[in-house]
Amino acid sequence: MQLLSSLIDGILIGFVYGVAAVGLTLIWGVMSVINLSHGPVMALGMFSTYLLFANLGVNPYLALIGVAVFGLVLGLVIYTVAVHRVISAPHLSSLLATFAVNMIIIGIGTAVFSTSPHNIDFSLGSISLGPIILPATRLLAAVAAILFTALLYIFLYFTRPGKAIRAVANNRTAAELMGIPSAQVLALSFGIGTALACVAGGLIATFFPFTILSGGPYELKSFVICVLGGLGNPLGALLGGLLLGGLEGLIPTVMPVSWVPVLEFGLFILVLLVKPSGLLGAKS
Amino acid sequence: MKAWRQPGFWLPVLFILVWGLYVLIVRQDSTREQAFTLLMFVGLASSLNILLGYTGYVSFGHIVFFGLGGYSGFYFLSAHNLPLMLSAILGGVVSAVLAGLIGLAVLRLRGAYFALATIGVNEAARAFVSNFEPFGGATGLFVNYSVYEGFGGPGPALWRTFIYLWITVLIIVVVSYAIKNSRFGLGLLAIREDEDAAMVMGVQAPRAKTVAFMFSAFFPGLIGTLYFFKNGNVEPGDAFSLHMSIEMLVMVMLGGMGTVFGPVIGAVAYQGLRGFLLTNPLFKNLHLAIAGVFLLLIVLFVPAGAIGWLRERSLKLRKVLE
Repeated sequence: MQLLSSLIDGILIGFVYGVAAVGLTLIWGVMSVINLSHGPVMALGMFSTYLLFANLGVNPYLALIGVAVFGLVLGLVIYTVAVHRVISAPHLSSLLATFAVNMIIIGIGTAVFSTSPHNIDFSLGSISLGPIILPATRLLAAVAAILFTALLYIFLYFTRPGKAIRAVANNRTAAELMGIPSAQVLALSFGIGTALACVAGGLIATFFPFTILSGGPYELKSFVICVLGGLGNPLGALLGGLLLGGLEGLIPTVMPVSWVPVLEFGLFILVLLVKPSGLLGAKS
Repeated sequence: MKAWRQPGFWLPVLFILVWGLYVLIVRQDSTREQAFTLLMFVGLASSLNILLGYTGYVSFGHIVFFGLGGYSGFYFLSAHNLPLMLSAILGGVVSAVLAGLIGLAVLRLRGAYFALATIGVNEAARAFVSNFEPFGGATGLFVNYSVYEGFGGPGPALWRTFIYLWITVLIIVVVSYAIKNSRFGLGLLAIREDEDAAMVMGVQAPRAKTVAFMFSAFFPGLIGTLYFFKNGNVEPGDAFSLHMSIEMLVMVMLGGMGTVFGPVIGAVAYQGLRGFLLTNPLFKNLHLAIAGVFLLLIVLFVPAGAIGWLRERSLKLRKVLE
């Protein structure tokens, strides 16, 4: 029973990891940029949820809508300022450009919020399913994560801008020849990826205390998840998130919790070596 | 050998030689400490440049070799009482051997996949060492005080460490220049431009890349041992700091990728800027943000770095700067 409840708990968090990783993988899939500002953006998602909750008393789950809009705008700004010029340059340029954004966000964030931990004091009690007792915030977070992923799916497959994003991801030159304005589409994809990171940050803030530096570990987890599921494959990223969450739930039941990152990153390197395209296949 | 008489070679060598001599003549502890940190970054950036600048492979977690080499050297030093320089060289050898093994596997990956894999290697190493008892787990290792007796006390020991580091950095610059001007280096540069074409032309790309990776891992391992000996302890957070790894990339980028003098200038400039921002009361709180803005401007507008930019601008300077 202990095993089952750890597993379910892990998988519920895995949904949230999945949302962050979907954002990262979307950006990679569309423009082949590894976004090193993903972690600090998640931290900004945590803080915007916190500010809306603590100052205006907005319910954290309702606040997510505002956080998503904030993330979209933030992403558009980051893309325009930092990414657009290096989109066709070698990988090092885009890596360092997004890392510069990372430094700027953390630098300003440290000056504004300091590095002391913040906490959203919001509890919904717990829900018991038979013998398994789960905190309600985890369950709601998973529901919200599924909702946002479903929205993304509908957007990508059933709306015109969504189809344009998929076309650009598939072949940018061909898409441009068909009259798709690729610069706008790239900016929009970066915005959506950033919005998802902010939402994931907001959800994480409902169950763990956080600082401006908290995004870092989740960014690394997102890398692991993206590679597990196949870089550039959103569905793979969601499944990878569940897999990683499940592992994080299960591993501490058999060995000390400090071994979790060893196994995670070991698995990460193994997948890169044996099957770099990931479990569900990467965007070629 | 004509190559050895070029100003591109003796300019960086002379720069480091004079700098070290100046510190030895002034003989002040604070000057030495400052020069130690700067020289360390010069050495790290120059060794990263052997891989990054010449082959174009972005090793994002390069600090892993500084950490693993430093840990092994420190272990030989404190647990087996080996002499400092021998431990440091052994630390470098451990790093190089590991780089060879890791390289055989991850150097097959290209572009962003390679960068991600090196981040993974660094994080895995950090997590593993935090759990590895012979290396002291999460608390790390401390220097055994009896080690200082061989040097005649901690003070002389620190001076000796500085001299070792100084010589190491000189050797790194010489090696970096020698590689660039050799047939082997030409192969690496060909890999950077187009790996498939280089292989068609007869460059043994897998072997050349692995050897370059080993060279660029050997020196960080050696420097790591000296640095942690100077500090008196080693722990996982210091040894595998991803932030420092990215700072190394920034230094190489700032000075100019693939040049010999570039990483030297880049490291000094970056550290100088950081020191200025950290101590200036106006910028102290925002130092990271300002450094970020600065980095962004460099990446967007001067991607060739300082030395690369100068070389592009003037034919005369191209003969002087390598």
